[in-house]
Amino acid sequence: MKRLALTALFVLALLLTSGFAQNINIGFTVSKTGALNVDSLEQYRGFELWRDQVNAAGGIKAGGKSYKVQFVGSYDDESNVKRVQQLYTRMILQDNADFLFSPYSSSLTATAAIVTEQYGKIMLTSGSAEGKTYTLGNHYLFQMFAPATEYLKGVLDMLKAKDPKATVAFVYEDASFSVAVVNPAKTYAQQVGFNVVFSEAYAPNTTDFSAIIDKVIAAKPTVLIGGGHYPDGSTLARQLYNHKVNLKMITLLVAPDSPQWSELGDAAAGVVVPSQWEPQTVFKVEFGPSGADFAKAYTAKYNVPPSYESAGGYACGLILQRAIEQAGSTDTAKVAAALNATDITTFYGRTKFATAPNEHGLQIGHSMVLAQWQKDKSGTLVKQVVWPLAGKSANLVYPIH
Amino acid sequence: MIDGLLIGSVYGLAAMGLSLIWGVMDVINLTHGAVIALGMFAMYLLFTALHLNAYLLLLPIIAMGLIFGTLVYWTSVHWVIDRPQLSSLLSTFAVNMIIIGAGTAIWSTSPYNVNFSLPGFTVGLYTFTGNHIAAASAAVIIALALELYLHRTRPGKAIRAVADNREAAELMGISSTTVLALAFAIGIALAAASGALVSTLFPFTILSGGVYQLKSFVVTVLAGLGKPLGALLAGILLGLLEGAVTPFIAVSWIPLIEFGLFVIVLVAFPKGIFARSAA
Amino acid sequence: MSPQPSTGAQAAAGQAVPLSSRRASLPEVGRRGGILLHPVFWLTLVFAGLMIAVPLHGNNVALREDLILVAVAIILASNLNLMIGYTGYVNFGHIVFYGLGGYVGLYLATVRNWNLVLAALSAGVTVSLLALLFGVGILRLRGAYFALATIGVLVAVHSFVSNFDPWGRSTGMYVSFDAYAPLGGPMRALWITYILVIVVMALSMVLSLAIKKSKFGLGLFAIREDEDAAVVLGINARVFKAIIYSVSAFLPAVAGALMFYKNGMIDPSIAFEYMLSLEGIVMLMLGGQGTVVGAALGGGLYERLRSYLLTSSRLSNFHLVIAGGLLLLVVLFAPGGLIGWLYRLAPRAKKVIE
Repeated sequence: MKRLALTALFVLALLLTSGFAQNINIGFTVSKTGALNVDSLEQYRGFELWRDQVNAAGGIKAGGKSYKVQFVGSYDDESNVKRVQQLYTRMILQDNADFLFSPYSSSLTATAAIVTEQYGKIMLTSGSAEGKTYTLGNHYLFQMFAPATEYLKGVLDMLKAKDPKATVAFVYEDASFSVAVVNPAKTYAQQVGFNVVFSEAYAPNTTDFSAIIDKVIAAKPTVLIGGGHYPDGSTLARQLYNHKVNLKMITLLVAPDSPQWSELGDAAAGVVVPSQWEPQTVFKVEFGPSGADFAKAYTAKYNVPPSYESAGGYACGLILQRAIEQAGSTDTAKVAAALNATDITTFYGRTKFATAPNEHGLQIGHSMVLAQWQKDKSGTLVKQVVWPLAGKSANLVYPIH
Repeated sequence: MIDGLLIGSVYGLAAMGLSLIWGVMDVINLTHGAVIALGMFAMYLLFTALHLNAYLLLLPIIAMGLIFGTLVYWTSVHWVIDRPQLSSLLSTFAVNMIIIGAGTAIWSTSPYNVNFSLPGFTVGLYTFTGNHIAAASAAVIIALALELYLHRTRPGKAIRAVADNREAAELMGISSTTVLALAFAIGIALAAASGALVSTLFPFTILSGGVYQLKSFVVTVLAGLGKPLGALLAGILLGLLEGAVTPFIAVSWIPLIEFGLFVIVLVAFPKGIFARSAA
Repeated sequence: MSPQPSTGAQAAAGQAVPLSSRRASLPEVGRRGGILLHPVFWLTLVFAGLMIAVPLHGNNVALREDLILVAVAIILASNLNLMIGYTGYVNFGHIVFYGLGGYVGLYLATVRNWNLVLAALSAGVTVSLLALLFGVGILRLRGAYFALATIGVLVAVHSFVSNFDPWGRSTGMYVSFDAYAPLGGPMRALWITYILVIVVMALSMVLSLAIKKSKFGLGLFAIREDEDAAVVLGINARVFKAIIYSVSAFLPAVAGALMFYKNGMIDPSIAFEYMLSLEGIVMLMLGGQGTVVGAALGGGLYERLRSYLLTSSRLSNFHLVIAGGLLLLVVLFAPGGLIGWLYRLAPRAKKVIE
């Protein structure tokens, strides 16, 4: 009897421990409040959808074990740099985060990176395109977004093909992301032969663009490029429209990719946005869901179509998952090695990280597309892919008025 | 330049409240910025609830401002009014922190919008938005109304009397406490109104009042205290100055110039550029 | 509008002067043995010693992160006390010293690769000299005008730095990840920085004590009580004020250099946070302006309260409401703060707790 009972207990214990899932703790902050809240929420939803799908499929499988993905923290960083530092320190020291995802935006990510590097933890960054952070000698950063230098090249190439005589104005946020995007673009514009008639950066959190718009009108450009994130981008577009500025093309960063953009009504129409991903772009997927499946699941869960911030968020999880599975372990050094060796195509596109020490983690596989808001036959605003020409879903509308 | 004139009128309106309170009771109202922000939110709430013409909603907002001002006066200002000026500075500042804290808790720091537009009119390449024109007109109308009130009505004259010499006014039978409370309430209502006007122009948060508070200080110091019409003019002057300077330098230098000006004026003209003859 | 009469003049004019505990915090000069025998001096040493030993002994990084914020709060409050509590001049823009020190220090330590201690000290000296320059201009103003002018200085410096290219304009400066190599890597560097910050905190308190017990301090208190009378009595108020304004900038600037080095980055929005400046005033008023222990107590307590509120998800946005409420209560009913209240309870404590 005793032996039977003991054996039963032993078998029970065996069953329990083998099916018993351990956790992988992933920490990150979300800008639930503050200027970045719109874009950050979209990124968060990407993380969340990935976590739900992975756990539903039995978790991440590595080294014979199944790991359940658990988010520790997802604290509100209030779009604030100081909060990011405090919270990432907390997630590493007190909440036992094994891996980190970045906050949303280049500035907040640069700050989080200091903490994760100080404590030697892997962080996958999404929503962060600025490349300078990766030149500071890191070991554990991995960038999912195509770097800032790539953002406006496509716009200028497209413009060159359409209207080489265009005169260009740059009006952009004086913050690390937009500056990192616009500076190389200015150089490229001049190289390609455009006349840059005006260029000025506005302070972050600027809400009134009348002064700068007056200056733009005086400079008489035909094309305006710039913006920053959602609040300034949407306000700039609205005020340009209210002031009836005569432009043939407006390209703004980030903001127009959000589904919320259509709320601007007529001010939203015609605006072009450089995008990390659009639902219309199709890739030969080697790992994870297809673009169509991703978009369907996202729309079903959140009642809005996914933006590229959401796609980037989901891809973060996907790439980390694959690296852990490839490494067969959750050990930081092994996973980092697996990430360094990554070269794979998912619904999001090709992902490959630079490994040289002076640019470690920089994204070198991913390309960008251009999208434009256009009115379809029924007058509803929809986003169409207009560049590259090989992958477009509609022709560029130019001029927009 | 005209844009400068328009936005300057709003600066002037914002400053009028500060100037009145400062001139009448020698209290520097550090809740000024927070109240401006509250005015913005009041407009947002009323507009989203009622969907009436935003400019009609000014009237209830002014009324609310009067009530709120009286409340603030009785809780924090009344007790410190006879103490050295720094006490009222700190007490109004404490109320400011409370308002901003409560506002952040309720509305967070995410931007809000009042989506109400009046058609503007275009001259050549430049369009002046209807909202700016309406805001400036409202500012001027309110300023003139205030001047009339101060000079033609009994309570208004009582306010001026107390501002001139409180003891003499009391000897003449004016209840200075009531008058002070009234003046403070009007000051707050003016700040709230200016916030409400600005709310239709661009996105705002509970922290947006800070910029206006600082501009109000500059304007008040330029104009001298207790002169509402002077504050309006000085506000327009500031708006024009901003408009004149921006074509030549990047917009981000403006705060530096304004505050450099502020410090210089304070140091060179401690009693304001147009100092009152009866010190 | 007439200039605000001082409490002394008010009393002379027969008006009621509020019985503020400010008067109770007047110093007693000439104590035998100087400050080395003073209980507060030893208290400071023990306190600082504990703050270094306890987290270090257990390698308790989480505790260290909490305590460093307490130390910074005490540094800011103590040095602000020199202006508000001792001299009677309210500085709303105090944080500008911290932020500027951060910029200068970070620039020297990471762009120019100077030794950290040297960079921090140079930051302190530079900012003190700048303070002297500003001070000469704005210290002509009295009372509330001075307070407003300090806000003007803060905003002007913020705006200037936001446009200053070598310091990264609005983006600021980010430290390279191997900047900590000279100190033996990030883990070690963070501990070293922590110890240095505690040292600065102890220096702030000792400095406050030393000034309070000196003739110079007596002159400052005289200025606080009645500046015109003090001038008549032969105190060179202009020089005294300029010196103390400059001195009150030194240690916060050093602390700023150390803290931003530790944080690995600086930008105008976090260097010149207006709210921190104002919280410094709350801390000081809460603890008891004019006293050394009061500044430290107020700084420490307020910082712990704030940390608690910020990490509690429900209450995180109420910390400002509570801070404002506390300040209001203190200003209206207890201008002497906690220490003032202590003095009223046990008047003999005045001799020991300064």
